[in-house]
Amino acid sequence: MPTKIEKDVISGRETTGQVWDGLRELNTPIPRWWLYTFIATCVWSVGYVVVYPSVPGLFGYYHGAIGYSTRVEVNSQVASIAAIRARSMDRIEATPFAQIASDPKLMAVAMAAGKITFANNCQPCHGAGGGGRPGFPTLASDSWIWGGKLEDIQTSVQHGIRNEDPDARMSQMPRFGVDGLLKPVEIAAVADYVLALRGANKDGTDVTAGGKLYAENCVACHGEKGEGKREVGAPNLRSAVNLYGTSKDAIIAQISAPRQGVMPGWNARLDAATIKSVAIYVHSLGGGE
Amino acid sequence: MFRHEWIEKNAILLLVLTLLTISVGGIVEIIPLFTIETTIERVVGMRPYTPLELMGRNLYIREGCYTCHSQQIRALKDEVERYGHFSLAAESMYDHPFQWGSKRIGPDLARVGGKYSSDWHYAHLVNPQELVPESLMPKYGFMATTPLDFDHIDKHLRANRIVGVPYTDDQIAHAKDDLLAQANAQMDADALMKRYPKAVVVPGNDRAPTELDALVAYLQMLGTLVDFSNTSPEKLQQ
Repeated sequence: MPTKIEKDVISGRETTGQVWDGLRELNTPIPRWWLYTFIATCVWSVGYVVVYPSVPGLFGYYHGAIGYSTRVEVNSQVASIAAIRARSMDRIEATPFAQIASDPKLMAVAMAAGKITFANNCQPCHGAGGGGRPGFPTLASDSWIWGGKLEDIQTSVQHGIRNEDPDARMSQMPRFGVDGLLKPVEIAAVADYVLALRGANKDGTDVTAGGKLYAENCVACHGEKGEGKREVGAPNLRSAVNLYGTSKDAIIAQISAPRQGVMPGWNARLDAATIKSVAIYVHSLGGGE
Repeated sequence: MFRHEWIEKNAILLLVLTLLTISVGGIVEIIPLFTIETTIERVVGMRPYTPLELMGRNLYIREGCYTCHSQQIRALKDEVERYGHFSLAAESMYDHPFQWGSKRIGPDLARVGGKYSSDWHYAHLVNPQELVPESLMPKYGFMATTPLDFDHIDKHLRANRIVGVPYTDDQIAHAKDDLLAQANAQMDADALMKRYPKAVVVPGNDRAPTELDALVAYLQMLGTLVDFSNTSPEKLQQ
């Protein structure tokens, strides 16, 4: 229990007056610097409450003396960086591909913009550097499904493939097995013929039956020698670059119930100049025509 | 002169003054919520989750996706540039509980819907490293083979209605049909699309909906509902 407040001889301060087993505690005040800092933050908070949106009211809130809003601020930041980029991006949008290529400065901007946009949006499917992933086309080879000219790539990026966009690239391979268009033996024969087209018919299997079926069912899109047809997005069957595998089982699976890859259209997410830059970047990856 | 010691030495006085101080903060924050009509932005396009999306959302929570992925694009320049329009309160108005998250180990998913094809999501969830070699994400292949348990889907919708999600009787009655229609691309989805605009039908399979179907349907919807063509910070102001 408190007894009496004494003056400590050594420090000259008062004690709290409490004694525990003969121990006494000094009543040292809070350091001055701490107290002043505390008061300063209190004063600062008053200013903050006045300047920035702060106190909620019954039918809204106090918007602050300068009317600050993070949403307005971020929009103006995005707009100002867009204005800076527009100096180059507007020119990229207005300049035909051929002329961009002959302007090293503009080309450098397009490549930089294309590279960073590719990394954020395209790389998850097409792989770093356009190397492709199983089921997702490689962009770094000359084995194009829909065409490898700058304009072709631009269209593919703009509208995508097999999506809701009315201008999307569309093609639909029939489901020969699932829908009963061909019997399993016939599909296997066609697969043998495709392997022969690829030069992979090492055991010399007779592929005349498969060839006949191929001529009846596949030639229209994939061409006589399996060279493919870009107007309908039919891949080259002889290319070493392929989407779904080149084993006989993989080919049978693809004839029976074809996987139809979908690519989103990017018109809504990316502006025209950015899409053009992506096309230039993809074109540069190794397969551009 | 006033001494703080008086309060510290009188327990009842300390208790009463503590209560008074804290209640000021509470009153200032809570009272306006009773008098302000709404704290959620008025936007066009928000709708309750489709039954399949709702199941996918439950799985998203079950698998703890929120421990690595946020669903909140902050109003910061870099995030807006990378992910798109900053997130609105309205976009999680039908979330119970919301999935904003705070860990950003993986990318933000608030607007991942439509960014990649459904095929990509299937392949990526089964084996993320096959598509993104540097990814840290665990594999979720088991969800592709686990049938979706949706016997009580109508009750899920009903429970959400109790906490304020405006599901109609029609939507609850057709919950199972809608779920099946969205989980199989071969089925007729007209009725589903009428009840839930912008729903994404996932490829699915010819047999039964899997957990992965539900999760992909949920992911493909994220951030796609609100029509941003005619908004501005001023218009979003409540």
